[in-house]
Amino acid sequence: MELTIALSIGVLFGSGIWLILRPRSFQVITGLLLLSYAVNLFIFITGRLSVNKPPLIVQGEAVDPSLYADPLPQALVLTAIVIGFATTALYLVVLLGSRGLTGTDHVDGKERDSAE
Amino acid sequence: MMYLNPHLIMLPILLPLIAGALMVLINERHHRLKFLINLFSTAVMLLTAIQLLMQAESGLWLADMAVYLAANWSAPFGIVLVADRLAAIMLLLTAALGTATLVFSYSRWSKTGVHFHTLFQLLLMGINGAILTADLFNLFVFFEVMLAASYGLLLHGYNISRIRAGMQYIVVNLVASLFFLIGIALVYAATGTLNFADLALKIATLDNTDRFILQTGAAILAVAFLTKSAMWPLGFWLPVTYSAACAPVAAMLVLLTKIGVYVILRLWWLLFSQHAGASAGFGGSVLLCGGLLTMAFGAIGLLASQEPRRIASFSAVISSGTLLALIGYGDAALLSSALFYLISSTLAVAAFIMLTELTDRIYTPAASVLALSMEAFAVEEDTQESAGVVIPAAMAFLGLAFAACALIMAGLPPLSGFVAKFSILHGLLGSSSAHAPLWVRWIILTLLLVAGLSAIIALMRFGVRTFWTLYNSAPLRLHPTEALPILAILLLGVSMVFTAGPLFNLLSRASTDLQQTPAYIERVLQHPVVTTQEGL
Repeated sequence: MELTIALSIGVLFGSGIWLILRPRSFQVITGLLLLSYAVNLFIFITGRLSVNKPPLIVQGEAVDPSLYADPLPQALVLTAIVIGFATTALYLVVLLGSRGLTGTDHVDGKERDSAE
Repeated sequence: MMYLNPHLIMLPILLPLIAGALMVLINERHHRLKFLINLFSTAVMLLTAIQLLMQAESGLWLADMAVYLAANWSAPFGIVLVADRLAAIMLLLTAALGTATLVFSYSRWSKTGVHFHTLFQLLLMGINGAILTADLFNLFVFFEVMLAASYGLLLHGYNISRIRAGMQYIVVNLVASLFFLIGIALVYAATGTLNFADLALKIATLDNTDRFILQTGAAILAVAFLTKSAMWPLGFWLPVTYSAACAPVAAMLVLLTKIGVYVILRLWWLLFSQHAGASAGFGGSVLLCGGLLTMAFGAIGLLASQEPRRIASFSAVISSGTLLALIGYGDAALLSSALFYLISSTLAVAAFIMLTELTDRIYTPAASVLALSMEAFAVEEDTQESAGVVIPAAMAFLGLAFAACALIMAGLPPLSGFVAKFSILHGLLGSSSAHAPLWVRWIILTLLLVAGLSAIIALMRFGVRTFWTLYNSAPLRLHPTEALPILAILLLGVSMVFTAGPLFNLLSRASTDLQQTPAYIERVLQHPVVTTQEGL
């Protein structure tokens, strides 16, 4: 399972980085989305990989922490998803505004010179 | 008014949130009402900051720190806010600059688009939260609040250059935020905590593997903060962004870069002090080298700048670089000078940005007609025809204000920039660094002087071209709400010279607080939760 998770994070990061270096703003936003997926997965696994363990404990019971999943990364990842979602949506609005004002979806707001 | 209320520390975060939310509901037609709510909230923030600073100074707080346990969970588990002298000083700077830019925006910019006031309050909330928080993830959340508001404000007054700058600024900051998250995840994986005090406690006891993970995490976190504080080569977004934003927003953005510096200052001195065991001083040389390169980059950029906004941008880059180099140099004795420089340069660059908005009108009288009708400084045209050029009072005001800004930015006597620079130079000569060879101080010293020289050249070129050329424009019109904030900031710069002694004492107490890592850890982690008998 470690290998699968590590590989999927790696692939997501790789494709994300490649995409944000592209000149079209749509590619950039797709890249940002992939990167944020990769980061969210990454945060999630910092609580160690485990299957079928509850994150919540019953109050007042003495518990063995190794039987439980770490709840904190799960809480962090929820917050990170919400914030990432909101900021990406905001970028989408700017992207559309730029497309409308400049007439191109190039990140510089203008096409390269046609001589190239 | 003594130990007034333990909840006072929440006010700089809650108040702008409530005010911002309230103003969403008010229609944009009630511009004046919105402005008044905004001004009220910012003024209360200013008073709160003064009150917090007085409380920190009064010695009533244990270890001169106020700890606030949000939701009443004890320290490493719940969200903690910590106010000390440095935090109170930064809050004061934020609120003072916020008030000035807000008043400045009244006559023109706050009317040109929607939700200016809401975004402005949310920006202040993010900044205040980032200053007060003592938890890494909370810091991330407040940074995002601050950045999201700054995206909106940067695009305020929507035109093509702002959209273009916004595209870059937003992408750069989104990527930096992802770095921030990766850094947080790594730090958590290594230590199992995100609370500053708990981190500082655990760093010293980490084994080799975990220490490696933690240092990787810290380095990645630093990339996020250094992007914000515009260290070379991460600061390429800054000149474009500052040039595109409207004046009051650009003035607040100057403060944003200093928040990046503040976070580095706080975290680095807390986590990698000499109490950190094997991690002590980690990354100091990177900060030092990066700071020096940033200063050099800023000095060269300044020489090449013709546009006033680019001059302001590169001045901000230089001051960030200077601060980072001084932090990385690692001599605690220099910290109070660095803080003095931070306050002085932030105020001067912000005032200069607002001033350039007004000097632009010299060339384009249409803009001044657009701006307003009330005449405050240009009513009486008592011409003093000494050099054959008509100098109305408005022009005289602009010229004097420009000269004051330039003196502070270039660090020439007699204003606060000189005091700051002199004390840095003086401190450097007698300094010792834990991890940098002694000759490094000569490099800092030289670069500081070179940066000052290039500031003089750039500003003089701009000044000569703006104020000493013949022009045939309609009499310049200034709204009092535009002149007053600049005047107030510059008077603050002047008063910093007269109160330099007490101010330096205060700042050196603030920088001493920063070095009391064990006291900080104990104070935060030992803070008792409120029991129900005492009441909330």
